[in-house]
Amino acid sequence: MRLDKTEISLGLIALACVLFGFVSPGWLIFLLTIALAKALVVQGVVMQMRSGLVSFGQGLFYCIGGYTVGMGGQFFGIHDAIAALSLGMFVAIVVAMLLGLLLTRYREIFFAMLSLAFSMILFGILVKSQELGSTDGFNVHDWTLFGWAPEAGAGSQHTVFTMTVVSGLIVAVLIHRYTKAGIGVICEAVRENEVRVEYLGLSPRWLLYGNYVAAAAVSALGGGLTALATGHVDPEMAYWTTSGEFVFIALLGGLGHVAAPFIAAIVFSFVRTYAIEFVPHTWQMILGFTLLAVIIFLPKGLWSLVSREKTGERA
Amino acid sequence: MTCILETRSLNKEFGAVIAAKDLNVQINKGEVVGVIGSNGAGKTTFINMVTGYLKPTRGEILFNGKSIMGHSPRAITRAGMARSFQVAQLFPEMTVLDNLIVALAAAESARPSFLSPLRSDARIARAEEILKEFGVENYRNSLVTAVPQGARKLVDIAMALIGNPQMLLLDEPTSGVSVDEKTDLMDTVMNAVRQHGVTVLFVEHDMDVVERYVSRVLAFYSGEIIADGEPAAVLADQQVRDLVTGHRPTTKQGNGAS
Ligand SMILES: Nc1ncnc2c1ncn2[C@@H]1O[C@H](COP(=O)(O)OP(=O)(O)OP(=O)(O)O)[C@@H](O)[C@H]1O
Ligand SMILES: [Mg+2]
Repeated sequence: MRLDKTEISLGLIALACVLFGFVSPGWLIFLLTIALAKALVVQGVVMQMRSGLVSFGQGLFYCIGGYTVGMGGQFFGIHDAIAALSLGMFVAIVVAMLLGLLLTRYREIFFAMLSLAFSMILFGILVKSQELGSTDGFNVHDWTLFGWAPEAGAGSQHTVFTMTVVSGLIVAVLIHRYTKAGIGVICEAVRENEVRVEYLGLSPRWLLYGNYVAAAAVSALGGGLTALATGHVDPEMAYWTTSGEFVFIALLGGLGHVAAPFIAAIVFSFVRTYAIEFVPHTWQMILGFTLLAVIIFLPKGLWSLVSREKTGERA
Repeated sequence: MTCILETRSLNKEFGAVIAAKDLNVQINKGEVVGVIGSNGAGKTTFINMVTGYLKPTRGEILFNGKSIMGHSPRAITRAGMARSFQVAQLFPEMTVLDNLIVALAAAESARPSFLSPLRSDARIARAEEILKEFGVENYRNSLVTAVPQGARKLVDIAMALIGNPQMLLLDEPTSGVSVDEKTDLMDTVMNAVRQHGVTVLFVEHDMDVVERYVSRVLAFYSGEIIADGEPAAVLADQQVRDLVTGHRPTTKQGNGAS
């Protein structure tokens, strides 16, 4: 497997993050873990945005990933973190394969609203489920990693952080390749001109379907990691404001680079944390202004601060 | 001569508008057929039906002797019938090179790869050859939006040819192109087409262009085919002169129509 420049940079940054984890205070580790896990969910949103679809219901897969990890530990004796995360992705893939059959028939606002509807249906089901703690949700069972049980508190927090960074790295490399591979580029082609794609002998629907399912798996991983990090899941994960936050972060970062959602999610978490601390009643307003500023001054997202407009051939 | 495309009493109605009325057409392998007709005569509708974009109200379409009624545009493309568009249909935010590379990948497989790079050296090299063949190599790295009409039309046609079709339907390949560029553009296209041994049907408003390239002309009027035959005969036909071409000055014979 040959790595390109972006992949090597991603690897080095991930390594730096892991090392940073050993010296940074617990609150910061926790903030970064949640931000990076959310960034994975946002990657799913971004994958779909590239194909021209905006999902206002990515919380569905975030929630599925989280609840599968939670339920696996509480009810089915699955305590291994990797197994639980994998199961969460698997369940998300199965659900996405079913919903995708319907959703890929729709575009634009219809797709957005329908994706929102499905996540709200899950929210409704969870709220009605007394066994799953209704609106309170339930706690995630202590978990292990390859048979090893990290000590509760700081130890497990640190382990989740490392797992999140490593997952983030793997996903980032895969998405980086995916974006440049046939399906990634042709999904962009679908966004730009579906008729032409069809007349090249390809099925736009099948492409969007594959992309939708892949995005669901990535988002579910983010949900699972969040569950491990917070030790708790609740129906809020599928609520529409949660999905809205993912879209917000996606716009904040832009579609320019696979690193953008990570940067945006970290910026978002800091802005929100400090806004809540210093101006507790107006933090939503601050987020609103942030987004407004980004849309007006950086329409291609925060990533455009990092990249200079490349001319000529795209690498 | 073997028939490659046949339509049998093909009809299309848009509400009260009859866009196609009992179209019976047989196109033979290797023919170059011109389609003429005034605006709204049903030329694009014919192409749209034959390529699966529009569902005919009634009738039958056979491609290589087999019915393709109800098939999707992509199935028909895969079966070997490609088309270009009256307004070039490209990927506007991609470079010209990338447009061709996407078409090359699509021609190779209906299931694009999830991880291996689309822009492989082999595809880039092939795309560059095609750029040269169509004389648009100057626009290699230009975004489609920055490319003039004529070049866009050529890229559109190049993309259609990449899948090695047996038949190519061109919807007004020279529309939006200045009069002096028309012949160059058509020469380029017809050269490429001849090399691929493709059967061609093209819609054209300019009778000089039609006469120069085709072996047969179909004249559409109000959803019907009012004349079908050799160019000289069709263009001299009284009905065609009255309804389609108007009384354009011709160098071939006197003009006695009223
Ligand atoms: N999707 C549609 N819905 C309703 N009417 C349509 C539609 N497409 C075409 N028509 C009508 O069908 C008739 C034939 O249209 P068509 O586009 O086939 O003409 P054309 O011969 O290609 O004309 P032009 O030279 O302007 O391209 C016209 O009256 C047009 O208004
Ligand atoms: Mg037309």
